This record gives sequence, structure tokens and C-alpha cells, in this order.
Amino acid sequence: MYADWPLLSLAIWTPILGGILVLFAGDREPSGARKIALVVSIVTFLLTLPLYTQFNTETHLMQFVERQPWIAAFNIEYYLGIDGISMPLILLTSFTTVIVIISAWEVIQYRASQYMAAFPMLIPMFLVIGVWGGANRIYATLKFFLYTFIGSVLMLVALIYMYTQSGSFAIFDFHHLQLSLSEQVLIFLAFLVAFAVKVPMWPVHTWLPDAHVEAPTGGSVILAAIMLKIGGYGFLRFSLPITPDASAELDWLIITMSLTAVVYIGFVALVQRDMKKLIAYSSIAHMGFVTLGFFIVFRIVNSGYGEQGAALALEGGMVQMVSHGFISGALFLCVGVMYDRMHSRQIGDYGGVANTMPVFAAFMVFFAMANAGLPGTSGFVGEFMVILASFKASFWIAFLAALTLILGAAYTLWMVKRVIYGEVANDNVAALTDINKREFLFLAILALAVLALGLWPDPLVEVMHPTIDNLLNHIANPKI
Amino acid sequence: MVDMESIYLAIPLASLAGAVIAGFFGKQIGRAGAHSVTILGVGISFLLSLVVLKDVVFDGAAVYNQSLYTWMVSDGIRFEVGFLIDGLTALMMSVVTGVSLAVHVYTIGYMHDDDGYQRFFSYISLFTFSMLMLVMSNNFLQLFFGWEAVGLVSYLLIGFWFKRETAIYANMKAFLVNRVGDFGFLLGIAVVLMFTGSLDYYEVFDRADALLYATMQVIPGVDWSVITLACILLFVGAMGKSAQVPLHVWLPDSMEGPTPISALIHAATMVTAGIFMVARMSPLFELSTTALSVVIVIGATTAFFMGLVGIVQNDIKRVVAYSTLSQLGYMTVALGASAYSAAIFHLMTHAFFKALLFLAAGSVIIAMHHEQDIRKMGGLKKYMPITYWVSLIGSLALIGFPGFSGYFSKDAILIATQNANVPGAGYAYVCVLLGVFVTAFYSFRMFFLVFHGEERMDKHTREHLHETPWVVTAPLIALAIPSVIIGWITIDEVLFGDLFKEAILVFEDHGAMAAVGAAFHGSFNFVIHGFAGPAVYLAGAGVFAAWYLYLKKPELAAQFRQKLELPYRILDNKYYFDRFNEIVFAATARGVGQVLWRLGDALMIDGLVVNGSARLVGWVSGVVRHVQTGYLNHYAFAMISGLILLLGWVVLG
Repeated sequence: MYADWPLLSLAIWTPILGGILVLFAGDREPSGARKIALVVSIVTFLLTLPLYTQFNTETHLMQFVERQPWIAAFNIEYYLGIDGISMPLILLTSFTTVIVIISAWEVIQYRASQYMAAFPMLIPMFLVIGVWGGANRIYATLKFFLYTFIGSVLMLVALIYMYTQSGSFAIFDFHHLQLSLSEQVLIFLAFLVAFAVKVPMWPVHTWLPDAHVEAPTGGSVILAAIMLKIGGYGFLRFSLPITPDASAELDWLIITMSLTAVVYIGFVALVQRDMKKLIAYSSIAHMGFVTLGFFIVFRIVNSGYGEQGAALALEGGMVQMVSHGFISGALFLCVGVMYDRMHSRQIGDYGGVANTMPVFAAFMVFFAMANAGLPGTSGFVGEFMVILASFKASFWIAFLAALTLILGAAYTLWMVKRVIYGEVANDNVAALTDINKREFLFLAILALAVLALGLWPDPLVEVMHPTIDNLLNHIANPKI
Repeated sequence: MVDMESIYLAIPLASLAGAVIAGFFGKQIGRAGAHSVTILGVGISFLLSLVVLKDVVFDGAAVYNQSLYTWMVSDGIRFEVGFLIDGLTALMMSVVTGVSLAVHVYTIGYMHDDDGYQRFFSYISLFTFSMLMLVMSNNFLQLFFGWEAVGLVSYLLIGFWFKRETAIYANMKAFLVNRVGDFGFLLGIAVVLMFTGSLDYYEVFDRADALLYATMQVIPGVDWSVITLACILLFVGAMGKSAQVPLHVWLPDSMEGPTPISALIHAATMVTAGIFMVARMSPLFELSTTALSVVIVIGATTAFFMGLVGIVQNDIKRVVAYSTLSQLGYMTVALGASAYSAAIFHLMTHAFFKALLFLAAGSVIIAMHHEQDIRKMGGLKKYMPITYWVSLIGSLALIGFPGFSGYFSKDAILIATQNANVPGAGYAYVCVLLGVFVTAFYSFRMFFLVFHGEERMDKHTREHLHETPWVVTAPLIALAIPSVIIGWITIDEVLFGDLFKEAILVFEDHGAMAAVGAAFHGSFNFVIHGFAGPAVYLAGAGVFAAWYLYLKKPELAAQFRQKLELPYRILDNKYYFDRFNEIVFAATARGVGQVLWRLGDALMIDGLVVNGSARLVGWVSGVVRHVQTGYLNHYAFAMISGLILLLGWVVLG
């Protein structure tokens, strides 16, 4: 029944229309607004589901393609399509949106319009990860990056330069653009600044803990589950295919930054006193596996032990992005649940929460274990793949990366020990009430997602194979 | 004839179903419902495991090696979930489910008044499921899954009484120390995958030559044998799970958990996972003499030195815990001697008599109103006759009294070690032999202090002393029977029969087990033969010394302690491992975290780069002037980030 539907357009325009509706309903009718928001988010999610079920896992070519002339005079087209890299991220986005709306149900009551301002923010997200080729994609991409951080300027310069070289803004043309090594290096560095801030990678990561502390729970979830993925996606979509030789040349830089994220940030997370900051630092450490998985491939291919492992690393990085969305999102929601009751994020203000919130405690321990990469949860899969793969590149890279087994468990479980376990610490904790049905609902959905992906990751990994293989083939051929 | 395949599947799932029902619907089904459903589940697992064991042992069923489902395919590597059923698996399944069943029943009595009754049953059934998945696995992925899953349940159960500060410290410590082991284990798996392209046991074993002849440079310029590297890394995992020095520190602390799980998880089953794993990997370990040598030295050190600590412990559970460490050391020594079957044999007998000793200790603890200090006990024999007799049986089995189960397995290990030819075997033989005396001494020190001599408990406790209810004593008796006879009746099949024919590989030039075989002419003769060796007399001397020092002349023990001030203090502080770890690892980690955060993130990156971006512009335009800012943090930032990047460039670039 979906075969003829313009699913991508619907997935993009439904939230836009929904956002406008919500803005109009706004403060006058807050309870109506949130119902609209929920319905819209669920409809959007349902619209993106067929992208998975109908996905053709045999091809690396773009699927669900929609192509219309837009401004013919400037050769600008309305041109949409997805592949095995973008599709999982689209589903992650639409899924997370539903969770965020449910989690923010009470908040929307009071400041609907303010909160809903975040809603249309998802649109550029869709554009960025859903759109391929055509001018408007670049426009949206450019705008998004331009408005979010300074590094975009460099990226813009790089894109303009490539436009002058290729006469096109289509990313597909960039992929095949012949560039000298020095051109590539400059473009690579420009991209690096843009994407590294987004991921974020050490040493440009310090904005993230602050941003999380400032953001409401829903904002943190969106930030963790969706925003951070732009950086990883950028590396995969732009850096690797456009500047493969520079990537190979400068992979040591990314690998060093990634391993520093895992180890350095792991230590920093250990001593955090604010739960949100702790989880934010944990995010940075976990995203280190994404970038490590993406850029370790050159060393695997050149290891002298065959190419097996390169695709494992890339797919591991992808799985880690999705899993991190679930787990970090869930942990921020857990903190939100406590914050709503205690109005504190300080670990020191808690203690013995399990006594008064046993059901919540069970969820929190579960997500903490997932964050520590316990097998059977999604947190294990990506790290496992990347560590196994990077061993082929170097014993020491795998060694440092695998330190996350110890560090990740240390900072997560120490927090759990101080917050969840122990005697009831004070009267505020004694007065806590356990989670209600709504809170149970969104935590349970996320728990199921984490468990499902951990017990059977194949359905997620399977859709990536052709796209990843194609990417590997592409970057294996030097442009120079 | 029921399809064996569905039986294999039903075995773990029955336990899982019990755990899920008791865990999620504990409130609805109530206490009786929770213990009924979990006992039913584990009972089914146990009976079906026996069916499988019979199928393998008596009907000579062929090895079953099939995958259940494909977890993931990536890069052409198939990650499967599946079962490998052979003699080793069948034996492990039976031991795990058997002890688990006894512990389930016992828990009804032990946790009778506890608020977390349903939760506890859910956890121990979940543990049984995880452990079954571990031993039934046919590949490294699932092994690692079960490996960490039992670690999770162990974490939850050590911290079961989560209000106790000591308990939630102990469970975190246990998880983290195990993670250190798993860290090595995971890297070991990575080596295996890199050189064989598979994680399936049989495929890996078939391609083991790929590891044997390969070298890699971990330290530049030094070629390391890949098989040795792989085996040692895998063994690091075993050291964590099976609590070998120096990763043993978590096990004594794990006694903070309720006693039933000390028996099930921290004595009989989970801690033996490392032993099982190495035995399962015998086709790899046989290829590396170096790795076997490491194994035997670590095991011997654990066996002897942890036994010594047991002598000075006063907490009844901790005595048994150090005894467990020491016995795990014996098993590890057997592995290093290439006597894998002897290790598994001792694993089995130990599972019964150590679970028995723990549960008997629990019975004493119940009667003593949760007093665990053996200095406050004494003379319990007349109040608790059943507990007394089963404790005696367990202790005799532990010290290797001729004819009891522990005698057969321990004597086999002693003979094997004596005849082992890997480097370090001589040291190991001395350790395990002296360990026999130590074992007998600490075991009967505890036994006499608890059950004999003057009654040192307070009046109130004494008035309420009585034997524990049948749900406690019945599992004790059920475990006491195999503690006596299991060695006698199974030694022939386990050590010299075909049980492990497919599972365990021993090279001919590793002749330790062959020597045991040469010394074996039936169980009865084996017992007689034992009197020709020193072990029996060492054990007897240990019992006598304990009797003399703690019953006959108790004042002597105190004198000894004063005379041997320094050794006593070292033992009492457990060789200072805990303090060392606390200072060197825990405190350093926190310190490093603070420095990186306060200096690295807050002061340098934010202070210098982000907030001082204007300054940065100036810095770019006038490097020389601004390099000397006078701010320590600027220098430090430049140094740290420069160092990291330089390191990356030099090493990787």
C-alpha cells in the first residue's frame, strides 16, 4: 500500500505542518497542542517505518527517491532519497521524537509554545539526513551548520570551493570530484572542524556538558539522540567519500582524538558531581567509538591481514550511533524523572532512591548497565564491533579503546551506587514517589529498544551492508 | 522419543521463564508463587540436564553443535547464538542446575523474612539461565554474553541488601574487578577473530594453526607468539571470573551477599566459569607452553597464599571464601598441568562440597541470628546435629579425606602436578602440597571453633539455638550425599573415560594425566594408593594442629599470634592487595579525573580556547609575547594537548 507514497516528503512535511499547527494552538490551548504534537509525532514515526520494512537490502543506490524540478532556471531540484546509512538515523529521529513528546507531556502544559519551538527543529535534521543531492539539501545543510556553529564557515568555504570545481552542489558529484592531496587535506580539515564540534570530539567537546545542563530534559534527549549524530553522519557522508586520501593520511589525528575521548573523558566522567554532566561526558566517550570505527578502516585495510574488519568497524560505528541515541536518551530521561521530583541533578543530593522508587531504580540500573556496555544490550554491540575490528589495526588502539569496559563501568556504576543504592539519604529522597504510568511507558519502550538491539542487532546491521561496502570500495580507490 | 534439540532449548528457557515471572509479576503471584515457579523452572532444567547427561554418557550421543539464530552478520563474519553439547557441557549443565535447585529450596528458609523474597528468586533463576547459556555456548560471542550476564547477576545479588554500604561497595568492586578480567578476555577474543576469521569454537580450533605460526609485535621490535598472546589474554578473563591472584580481591568481599548466592554463585558455579573456559579452550592452550606456565604459576600462588589468609579469618563466610579461592587455585594448577579433566573433576566435587559448606555456614548463621564471627560461636554440635554432621562431611571432602569426593579430585591434581613438565610445575607442586596442610588446618580450625569447645555466644542467642527447618537441612543432606560418593563413583568415567573425548584435547607430550592414569587401578586402589603419598598425612597433620591449637590448648593460638606478629599482620591485611588497589588504582583514577577535568577541560580548553578566543587571536598574531603568559594552566594545556597529538602522530601517523 505504501509503494506509491512519497514517504520521504510526508516524513519531512508532516512535522513541519504539525509544528505550525502546534505553534498556532500554542499557549491558548496547551492540552490540545500537546495532543496534536503526540499525534503528529506518532504519524511521522509510522510514516518512517515503511522506510525500514520496504527497504531493499540488496542495493547501495538511493531508495524512495523523489525528484522534481523546483527552480528550473537555476537547475535546482527537489530531490530526496535514502540509503543504508541515513535510513537508521531517520528511524532513530522519528522514534526519539515520540519518546520526547511523551516525556515532556507535563512540561508542554505550562510552556507549550516555548517547548514546541524545539519541534520544528527536527526538520533540518530530517533534511540533513534524508536528503541527497539537489541544491536544497545543501542549502538546508549549509544553513543548519551555519547557524549552529562557527566551524560551518569553514565547511561552507570547502563546499563553495568544490562547487567551483565541479559546477554542482550535488554531493554525489563531490564524491567523484578529483582533488589533489593538498586540496583534500584542506577540505578534510574544514569538515573536521565542523563535524568534530558536533560529535563532539575532544578537545572541542566542552560545550556539550554545559548545553545539557542548560537544556530541559527533552532538549537533552534530542541533543543526545539526534543532534550529536550529525557529526558522525557528516564524517561518513562527506569526509570519507569526498576526501578519502586525506582521511587516510590524517586518520591518526581522528584516531588520537577518538581514543582520547574514550580514555581522557572516561576519567573526567568519573569525578562529575552533576548527573547530567556525567552522562554528557559519557556521551562524548561513547561517541569516540563512532569516530574510531569510521577512521580505523584505513589501518585495517593496510594491516596486511586482509580487508576483513573494515566493514565491521564502519557498521560498528553506525550501530554505536543508534545505540547511543537510545541509551543516552534514556539516561537523560532518568535524570529528568528525578529532577522533576527533587529539582536537583547533584549526585550528592541523592542516595537510596531504590528504597522509594523501586521500579524506577530497576530501569536506571538497566540503562546504566547498557551504558557500561553489557552484552545483551545495544551498548555492547557497537563497542564490541569496533574493538574487535580495531585490534587488526593495532593492539594498542584496541587496548585503549577496550579500557571503556573498565572506565565506562566505573563512572556509571559509581553514580548508580551513590544515587540509587544505600540508605535513604534525606527527607527529600524519603518523600519521592515512584514513576507514574506515563514515565513507565517511555522508559519501558526505550528499555525494549535497547534490549532488542542488543539481543538481535542483525536487522539493523543488515540494511547497511550494501551502502557500507560501496563506501569502502569508493574510499579504497585513491582520487590522486 | 522427544527431539533432543527442543530439550536443549528448554533447559535454559525453563529457568529464564521462572526468573521473568517471579521478577515481573512477583507482587501478583506472591511469595509462595515466586518460589514455586522458579523452583519448577530450575527443576525442569535440572531434570532435562540429567536427560542430556544420560544421553551423552550412557547412550553415547554424538556431539551436537548447532546455531539457534544468527545474532549478526557483519563483514562476512557470522556472529551466532547456538549450543555445543558434549560431555563437558552436559556435566557442567547438571552440576549448575543441580546445585541451583538445592539453593532454590534452601532459599525458602534462608530468605524467609526478607522483603525482597521474589526479587531474590528471580535473580537466582536468572543466574541459572545465564550460566547455562555460558556453558552451552558454541562460540566466543555467546560465551562472553553469558560471562558478563553472570557478572551482572552477581552484581545484583552481592548488592541485594542495597541499604548496606558494605554490600554496595562490594558489588561495585566485584563488577569492576571482573571488568578488568573481561577487558583482557575481549582482547583475547579479538586476537582469535583476527587470525581465524571466526568466533565459532570448532572453526577456531580447526584453524588454530593460524595462531600457532603467527607472530605480532605488541611492543615494536619484539615478536610475540600469537597463540601465547591469545591464551594469556583469555586467561586474564578467567583470572577475573575465577578470582585468581591478583584479580581475586572481589571474591572475599562478595560475601556481603546473602549466603545462598555465596554458595551458588561464589563457590559452586560462576567462579568456576574461568576453569570451564580454559578447559573448553584446551585445543588452544595446549599449543602454548608459555601460557600453560603462566596458568600453573598463577593458580599455584592462589592455591597456597589465599589458603594462608583463610587461617586468620574470623568471619565464618570469609573462611569459606578464602577456601574457595584456594580451591580455585587448585583447579587452575590442574589446567596449567594440562590435566583439564582433573580440573573439571575437582570443579564438580568442589561444587557439591563447597556449596554444602556455604549452606551449612548459612544454617549456622540463621541459628546464630546472623552472627558470623566464629569467635562468638562454639559447641553448636549439640544444638544443630544435622548441620554438624553435614559440615563434618563437607570439611572432610574439602581436605581430601580418603574416600570422600574431594580426595579423588585433589589427589588427581597432585599427581598430575607432580608429573607436569611445563616451567613452574615444580613451584606449583610445592604450593599445592603445602596447601593440603593449610586447607586442613583452616577448615578444622573453623569446624572446631564453631561446633566444639566452649559456648562463647551470649545467653540470649544460646537460649534460642536450635536446628534449622527442613527446607534448610534437606538441601544440606542432598548435597552431603554427592560430597561423599561422587568422587568414588565417577572418577573412572570423568578422568579416564570417554566423557571429554571430544571436548578436551591433550597433547601426548603433556603427560600429566597419563601419569594419573598409570597410578589408577580402580577407585578402591586409588584410595589405598593415596596412603603412599604425603598428602593424606599432611591433611591429618593439619587437622591435628587445628585440634591442638584451638581445642586442646587454645592459649597456644594466641601465643603463636603474638610470636608471629609480622606474618599475622600481613595475612590479616590480605597481603595489602585492597589497600594497594585503593591507593594506586581507585585514588589515582579519581585524581587523574579531577586533573583532566579541572585543568584540562575547565581551565585550559574553556579558559584558554573558548573564553579566551579573543586572546587566542592575539596569541596567533604575537606568539612569542603570549607564549609566556605566566599562567601554569596555559602551559599545561599546551603540553597535554601537544603531547597527546604528538603521541598520536608518532605512533599512528
